[in-house]
Amino acid sequence: MTQRFNGTDTYISTDDLTLAVNAAITLGRPLLIKGEPGTGKTQLAEEVARSIDAPLFRWHVKSTTKAQQGLYEYDAVSRLRDSQLGDDRVHDINNYIIKGKLWEAFDADQLSVILIDEIDKADIEFPNDLLLEIDKMEFHVYETRETIVARRRPLVIITSNNEKELPDAFLRRCFFHYIRFPDADTMTQIVDVHFPKLKKDLLDAALKVFFELRDIPGLKKKPSTSELLDWIKLLLAEEIPADALHSDDKNSIIPKLHGALLKNEQDVHLFERLVFLNRRNKQ
Amino acid sequence: MMIDLLFRLRKAQVPVSITEYLAMLDGLNAGIANYDIDDFYHFARLVLVKDERHFDRFDQVFGDYITGMQNAFDSVIGEIPDEWLRLEAERLFSDEEKAQIEAMGGWDEIMETLKKRLEEQQKRHQGGNKWIGTGGKSPFGAYGYNPAGVRIGQKTARQGRALKVWDKREYKNLDDKRELGSRNFKMALRKLRRFAREGAQEELDLNDTISATARNAGLLDIKMVPERRNAIKVLLLFDVGGSMDYHVQVSEALFTAARGEFKHLEYYYFHNFLYERLWKDNRRRHNEVLPTVEFMRTYPSDYRVIFVGDATMSPYEITTSGGSVEHWNEESGVVWIERILEKFPHAVWLNPEPEEHWQRVPSIKITHQLMKERMFPLTVEGIGNAIKQLQKKH
Repeated sequence: MTQRFNGTDTYISTDDLTLAVNAAITLGRPLLIKGEPGTGKTQLAEEVARSIDAPLFRWHVKSTTKAQQGLYEYDAVSRLRDSQLGDDRVHDINNYIIKGKLWEAFDADQLSVILIDEIDKADIEFPNDLLLEIDKMEFHVYETRETIVARRRPLVIITSNNEKELPDAFLRRCFFHYIRFPDADTMTQIVDVHFPKLKKDLLDAALKVFFELRDIPGLKKKPSTSELLDWIKLLLAEEIPADALHSDDKNSIIPKLHGALLKNEQDVHLFERLVFLNRRNKQ
Repeated sequence: MMIDLLFRLRKAQVPVSITEYLAMLDGLNAGIANYDIDDFYHFARLVLVKDERHFDRFDQVFGDYITGMQNAFDSVIGEIPDEWLRLEAERLFSDEEKAQIEAMGGWDEIMETLKKRLEEQQKRHQGGNKWIGTGGKSPFGAYGYNPAGVRIGQKTARQGRALKVWDKREYKNLDDKRELGSRNFKMALRKLRRFAREGAQEELDLNDTISATARNAGLLDIKMVPERRNAIKVLLLFDVGGSMDYHVQVSEALFTAARGEFKHLEYYYFHNFLYERLWKDNRRRHNEVLPTVEFMRTYPSDYRVIFVGDATMSPYEITTSGGSVEHWNEESGVVWIERILEKFPHAVWLNPEPEEHWQRVPSIKITHQLMKERMFPLTVEGIGNAIKQLQKKH
């Protein structure tokens, strides 16, 4: 077990997150990641895979996803059709078994990373149907009567947006990490790896506006890390100088290009109203 | 000692089981987080806590636990004899440094100062800065070479930093202190599942395929049907504020349970009784309201409506227009609730007040009649009966 994750050149990992990933690798337990949207939950799996040089298998869960689809699917319909057309393939059932993401990962010779993305989108029973597979890292194929066992226990990273509660039995088998919204220091580091040539004063000004915006009570959707990065990208593209961001000029209190940060109309209205009140109070 | 931590967590209602405890020992055995209190804190939280709502409770218990451990540790440290330190020092210090010590007033005096400094240190747990900060310039700078001295210093420094992590209690907001009853409620609500075939056709309908194929003179004609899913839709309407404050816990438990159980769940709040507006975020109830008319237009009538409220108020708040305590309502609560019941035939009222009291409170009696006797107590049994009522066909 020499493979360790220490963050990458494009992903800033906090100490506790690094520990969580390494503990999950060492003990072979699935890692459940929660956190505000836009804090890089999904990206974590990609960066971990890249960092420890392991293949990544992405399984994006939708409301119609069934646990079985991650293991394998038996395509009975094409077999039936082939039998009618007299195709030779029909005699071997293996031709009609389609491997799922978990099976592919179990087949890998080296340590692999499985990402089960947004598990809370699926039906309530979905996590329960995966208990044994995730615990023992094996499953049984009824059609061919064989048992598939993982050659090497993969690292399973599961993300959830908290739309539904997960069953206790499932949680008991996972490690749980909650990605907190980064503080100003970490945020500076994050922006740094994405925009290494960014000027210091622009970054300071942008972060100040950003954190002030997040503190406004009642925003429907608080801007997150990914929105901040998009916004900075825009600021750079438009070549807006730093002092334009924190000017106390009463007519331009609304930050430039705020559309990248505030994603719905009500929030923009609320923000404008607050700015208006603020201005009136000052007078 | 670790078992103690487990029991303390359970006492604080963090749901920890043996599985997690063993996993933690397994991890410690594998060498994760053995020599650093910060790492241990993060690792223990990673393994033992499965929901960010419990982080705050965990932080408190862990803080207590570590403070206890540290007191035990300090008493051990305090007993290290002077001779040990002196021997170590003499072995490690160069002659120049020894001369420097002499210049400072001799070993004994420094020892005294050290003790004083240590006591100070133990009294104020955040004094780590002073200890280390002065380390470079003070006589204790020389101690940097002394393993014993370093250990004392490092311990405090490390503890000081680590303590902050859980003392900050950053996850306080996430704790919703849900009732233990939540699980029981879930089981009761589960009965409301109604499976129906809706949406995309993705399952082979064997019977239909056979008969269609037969009709098709033996050529395969595949028929698909949508899969069976839990298709029940639920609207929860909560009474908040005022007399409902006493029932916050049980309402939260119900909410938690319902959120886990139903895919199509929407919730709104009202105050005391139903009038022309509802809202979703109680803090912003005056800004973001949804007119009840719009509410009735938004949701189709196959939604099940569950009111949660104690229905305890002055009867005028229900029966007369302008009776609301918060605002002027043009039309009385009776009119509004009848409108809603007409639109949503499947509706029940759950009341956290004990059933025995209902007869004594006029407003509850009125509401009970308005609901056509479909008011049930907010208990596991009451929910069970309410669910049966909701399943009836109208």
